[in-house]
Amino acid sequence: MAFGKNFPKFDYYDIVVVGAGPAGTTAARFAAMSGARVLVLEKDRDVGYPVRCGEAVSHEGLVQFIEPNPKWIASTVRYFKLVAPDGTVIKPNIEGFGYILERRIFDYELAKLATYCGAEIVTKAYVNGLIMNDGKVEGVKVLLNNSEQIEIRAKIVIGADGVESRVGRWAGLNTTCKLQDMESAVQMTLTNINVEPDTCYFYFGEKVAPGGYLWVFPKGENTANVGLGIAGIYGRQKHALSYLEEFIEKNFPNASILTVIAGGVPCAKTADKIVTHGLMLVGDAAHQVNPVSGGGIISGMIGGKIAGQIAGEAIKKNDLNLIFNYENEWRKTLGQRHERYYKIKQFIYKFSDEKLNEIARELSKIPYENLTLKNLFLTAVKAQPSLIVEVLKLFI
Amino acid sequence: MVIIKDGKCDFCGCCVGVCPENCIELYEAEIKIIDEICTDCGKCVWACPFEVLELRITKNKKDELI
Repeated sequence: MAFGKNFPKFDYYDIVVVGAGPAGTTAARFAAMSGARVLVLEKDRDVGYPVRCGEAVSHEGLVQFIEPNPKWIASTVRYFKLVAPDGTVIKPNIEGFGYILERRIFDYELAKLATYCGAEIVTKAYVNGLIMNDGKVEGVKVLLNNSEQIEIRAKIVIGADGVESRVGRWAGLNTTCKLQDMESAVQMTLTNINVEPDTCYFYFGEKVAPGGYLWVFPKGENTANVGLGIAGIYGRQKHALSYLEEFIEKNFPNASILTVIAGGVPCAKTADKIVTHGLMLVGDAAHQVNPVSGGGIISGMIGGKIAGQIAGEAIKKNDLNLIFNYENEWRKTLGQRHERYYKIKQFIYKFSDEKLNEIARELSKIPYENLTLKNLFLTAVKAQPSLIVEVLKLFI
Repeated sequence: MVIIKDGKCDFCGCCVGVCPENCIELYEAEIKIIDEICTDCGKCVWACPFEVLELRITKNKKDELI
């Protein structure tokens, strides 16, 4: 390899990971730790940029993967406030705390960890097809530096290609996200605003964010990520950007906008199949997202870790069929819980504005000490007795 | 066919994720819809957070739908 040239060192790897987000680089890290030769391909010129994320994570989730570092933490958050359509504010009593990240730096750190463990990363490497042989994935087709089309062979390909999730589809896995499950999201980073630096705000309602919610996540004293997601089906009448512009005009009229980003969040159950011969899917590409919150950083990293470890083991033992264990491991660890959350999401988003206001009024009577997420949920169920049957179904 | 309005796209990939035909190509700051494969279902148009895409039913496709 010529020095400074953006080119993979080899044309054959044990494992090729497509996408250098948190799920991809975590998969790469754990695969490389077991001694496999690992390459990560990132289509953009930068790892971690553009950021397409609200950037919130829990401390508990994060420390499984990396020691929190002020370099990439914008705020530490200890409180949630939920705002009903009529403006009633509910402050649930949440355990633990979390962070609003600087994903741009965070993703770099995760990528560095993967390379310290022996993985190689190449940017401006756009995977535009798979090498298939007899129904098996045997490598990737890559457009490098927007100019050179090459092929790289691999025993295992890990698709971490995010919401687009094309890698899986090329291999025959159905990863297309249903329109009603795709949260169409927009976020602006605003400054010159008043925010509570330790509190995350969530706004609900048909007029604010139908089929989703609006968030205000603080990034320091006077800056915040203000964004929203609407269920894709509602975009037919009005697009996500219009909803956000209206909210900001009303609530933060003096803000300066530092950045505007769009994104899609697959708030679905995990895809039906996330493994096939020679291919594993992780992160958004596998729909490893908490369907209620839309949070995908930690879930994706958990998926990445499991996939990376299993892929590494399959290489070490020279038994590629071992990768089929990934599906089961994921479901046991988080996938089954996400299925339950998905059912919860489906009835949460059936609430009308009137019903949400009614629930908020009930909740505002409960003292803070008792307002745990569990009690919050139970009160919501009581307000809508017809839901009790649906809730019971979740646990049966 | 689906038209891409110039200059508005943020290349976020939301449209790609919902496309049942897998016919949208997105590379860093380029987007392309392969017309021959596209069925004009309109899902990408509704999913787009920025209102970048527009569905224009062409005569041939319209005939097929009927």
